[in-house]
Amino acid sequence: MKAVATVTGKDKVGIIAMASAECSKHGVNIVDISQTVMKEYFAMIMLLELDGMKVDFSAFADAMREEGKNAGVDIRVMHEDIFNSMHKI
Amino acid sequence: MLNTRDILETIRMIRDENLDIRTVTMGISLFDCISDDQTRLEEKIYEKITRSAKNLVGVCCELERTYGIPIVNKRISVTPISYIGAGLSPEGFVRLARTLDTAAKELGVNFIGGYSAHVQKGEILGAVNLIDSIPEALSVTERVCSSVNVATTKAGINMNAVGKMGEIIKKTAHLTADRDSIGCAKLVVFSNIPEDNPFMAGAVHGIGEPDTVINVGVSGPGVVAAAIKEAGDCDFSALAETVKRIAFKITRVGQLIASEAAKRLGTPYGIVDLSLAPTPAAGDSVAEILENMGLERCGTHGTTAALALLNDAVKKGGVMASNHVGGLSGAFIPVSEDRGMIEAAELGTLTLDKLEAMTAVCSVGLDMIAIPGDTPASTISGIIADEISIGVVNNKTTAVRIIPVVGKTVGESAEFGGLLGYAPIMPVKSESCERFIGRGGRIPAPIHSLKN
Repeated sequence: MKAVATVTGKDKVGIIAMASAECSKHGVNIVDISQTVMKEYFAMIMLLELDGMKVDFSAFADAMREEGKNAGVDIRVMHEDIFNSMHKI
Repeated sequence: MLNTRDILETIRMIRDENLDIRTVTMGISLFDCISDDQTRLEEKIYEKITRSAKNLVGVCCELERTYGIPIVNKRISVTPISYIGAGLSPEGFVRLARTLDTAAKELGVNFIGGYSAHVQKGEILGAVNLIDSIPEALSVTERVCSSVNVATTKAGINMNAVGKMGEIIKKTAHLTADRDSIGCAKLVVFSNIPEDNPFMAGAVHGIGEPDTVINVGVSGPGVVAAAIKEAGDCDFSALAETVKRIAFKITRVGQLIASEAAKRLGTPYGIVDLSLAPTPAAGDSVAEILENMGLERCGTHGTTAALALLNDAVKKGGVMASNHVGGLSGAFIPVSEDRGMIEAAELGTLTLDKLEAMTAVCSVGLDMIAIPGDTPASTISGIIADEISIGVVNNKTTAVRIIPVVGKTVGESAEFGGLLGYAPIMPVKSESCERFIGRGGRIPAPIHSLKN
């Protein structure tokens, strides 16, 4: 199962490091990663492979959100199907 | 691979524009609960509902977390209770209402619909007694919702029932007078009632439905309003196209949640209801959509045309996004539940007459409208008769959910709380229609109902 993590907020040093460390801690593999910085705002999108994940989906999503909060950014982990449904015919 | 813009668009819709799933409603048939022993009947109903829906709230919470989309309401609809308790007295029906309320509470769902009767051509004894029990049932329960279908395009209008419902609404208002007559907010009078509507207060589980079923109602007025704002001063073709595109995306989320919920609950998937359902929250208003199209205030000239365009484009966009569309499927215009409508009504731009015209081009009818508490029952019946006629003649669902707020009059407002919102008391005409309503009998079905 794949999920998409979006990280949005004010740009600062170490956001990618923080998000990828959290993924690795939970056994989540990052398949693809892209980021854009508009003015001082930062938007990073990570495509995640969850097959080796050591906790359940909710626990992982909560952990990511919590880490994001500590770093002052908004992190949402969502099943990729919601994006596929909305944007692909 | 998904592109960044699409992903961020979804996030923006959920985070900033109030995109959510308005309701996941489980329909449950109660026909196999029928018993001639009242206690046994209550036990069987309680058991069937709590067994069938025991995982409903849990599964919805799981889906919310997995897909990152809020599911605002989890609800239940049941077979119209007038059939299930057909031999009961009004007191017996009130006991069933309490049973439904207890089951809903136990499951953690906020509303249970189906305290209902279909009387478009006449009343069985169960319907007469259920209707008589509605005021008490709605005053002693918290989560039970009631509906009465008084007309269909095929059967015409049962004017005896229309007359009766004016009185029932008044009684319900009086029995809940201490809470701004909130009982009436849980009572809908219908024409052409759908059998698979997931939205309250009019949800019932129709008699042609499977044993259990999952129906989903989407939402997203905020998303549509934002898209229209972004589209700028385009012409009407482009405007319709903008609404269609966004409606497609919104509905796809509903379709995803509906099929996943059905799979995880082991229940057939029924329909996705395409309605745009507002809430009193800022940025979640159908009136705002119409105003973003270029109206200074909802209710002014041009409002009906704007709503017609919106309603049609939502359907065209939504229908391709879902394999089964049903329920009410249209824009809702409940006054108390829509901040823009509330403001327009307070200013007097949005009137009862304009709302009636608007209901000819959208779902579902005169909805959540507060009127003076001293309005005569026959005037309420007149309002119902007018609205129901629009449904019958136009082959569509219409409904009336009107609240004569006891002790209040024009210039004051009623507070219902939560999703039900608040509403200014709107004026009604003072001239009587009592003689007209008093005629009784049936208004014949319109000629175009004879399609065979």
